[in-house]
Amino acid sequence: MAEPTSDFAIDAQGVARRFGTRWVLRGVTLRVSPGETVGLLGANGSGKSTLLRICGTLLRPSAGAVNVFGHDVVREADAVRARIGFLTHSPGLYDDLTARENLEFAASMLGIASADVDRALERVELTYAANERVRGFSAGMERRLSVARLLLSKPQVLLLDEPYSNLDAAGIAMMSGIIAELVRGGGAALVVLHELAPAAGILTRTVTIQNGRESTAAGVA
Amino acid sequence: MTWNNDWRRVRAIAWKDLTTERRSKAGFNGVVALGVTILVLFGFALGPDAQAMRDASAGVLWLAALFAAVLAFNRSYQVELESGALEQLLLYPGSRWTIYTGKLLANLAFVGLMLVIVVPVGIVLYQVSVPATWPALLGVLALGATGICTLGTFYASMSSRSRAREVLLPLLLFPMLVPALLAAMQASKALLNGDMMHEAGAWTKLLVAYDVIFLIATHLAFEHVIEA
Repeated sequence: MAEPTSDFAIDAQGVARRFGTRWVLRGVTLRVSPGETVGLLGANGSGKSTLLRICGTLLRPSAGAVNVFGHDVVREADAVRARIGFLTHSPGLYDDLTARENLEFAASMLGIASADVDRALERVELTYAANERVRGFSAGMERRLSVARLLLSKPQVLLLDEPYSNLDAAGIAMMSGIIAELVRGGGAALVVLHELAPAAGILTRTVTIQNGRESTAAGVA
Repeated sequence: MTWNNDWRRVRAIAWKDLTTERRSKAGFNGVVALGVTILVLFGFALGPDAQAMRDASAGVLWLAALFAAVLAFNRSYQVELESGALEQLLLYPGSRWTIYTGKLLANLAFVGLMLVIVVPVGIVLYQVSVPATWPALLGVLALGATGICTLGTFYASMSSRSRAREVLLPLLLFPMLVPALLAAMQASKALLNGDMMHEAGAWTKLLVAYDVIFLIATHLAFEHVIEA
């Protein structure tokens, strides 16, 4: 079967999502090209994370469609999952496993060599805590370990939900470096942000979600 | 290649579940304690008539195993929910049935280990003599545990995202387990009494049919349940 092709890393057309009777998204259209890092801004409850979760196959849209490199997130969810790296708000780690064991588990689930685990730990500067259980980790260390897990799959599209939260200055620089590196390699990133400042140096543009629709598409100086 | 990857995922999930359980300890100790407590309480209710206790032993043993196993099923998904790990599990590409099979194998090992402790306690408490047919009895225990774990793991995934999961799981599970429990109890009772009437075979066949049907059905349905 021919590989679907698309000029866009993410192509969301008229995406709407309802929870019960409340419409959180009311028809968002958003396109992210390879090489772009797009910041997604908006007030609490505006639907930023909902849009990200739809792009990441964790939620189905009530209306509209999203394609990731030409693959529909509902009908071809597995192909989408193979291309994305999703950093959710919660770390999704197992407290009673060590940092290395958490990554080895992820490597097994992804079907990749566990040799990559050490490189990922080194990249997020957690080698010193590799054999410690996650239960004793600070929130910042958990964030770094989640990023290390993200690196294992070498994603083409990064979906990041508040990636800078709980990170110190060195962690913020590391996170920006990782995003920039992946995007330079032909990928794209959609980043939910509460504050623009930490990511300002790497964003191509920002989009603001207001009342369930995209309201601003601005370049970042 | 795909089969190798799927099997690798199954082993990874079973290993992860058993390792986290072994390290936290609280789950297994609680499950075994509940199983033994149920045996003791039923013993008080039935005693001191030794014959009545022996007659009821198979039924009580299976009920104790069932109630204790429900704790284990709830716990196997609670670990995933604690820090959003279930979402991460769903973000990995690949067949969904591997998640179910991995958890099923871990639960089988967990419940099997619990039975290794609870059954001898039951034999002593209920003054049951070990029959000559004990290898067949072990087979019935394995088949019964498979039936309980197959549906228990499946319904725990269904109820895991509900706030009332502790209540919902037994409500969904117990009615569906009636045929398996009945077959396991009757086969065990016949074998404990030496199987003079050759009843155990028919009940065991029912148990095998139940296990096969639900192993297939739950594997086919799991993707729809977990993605919902």
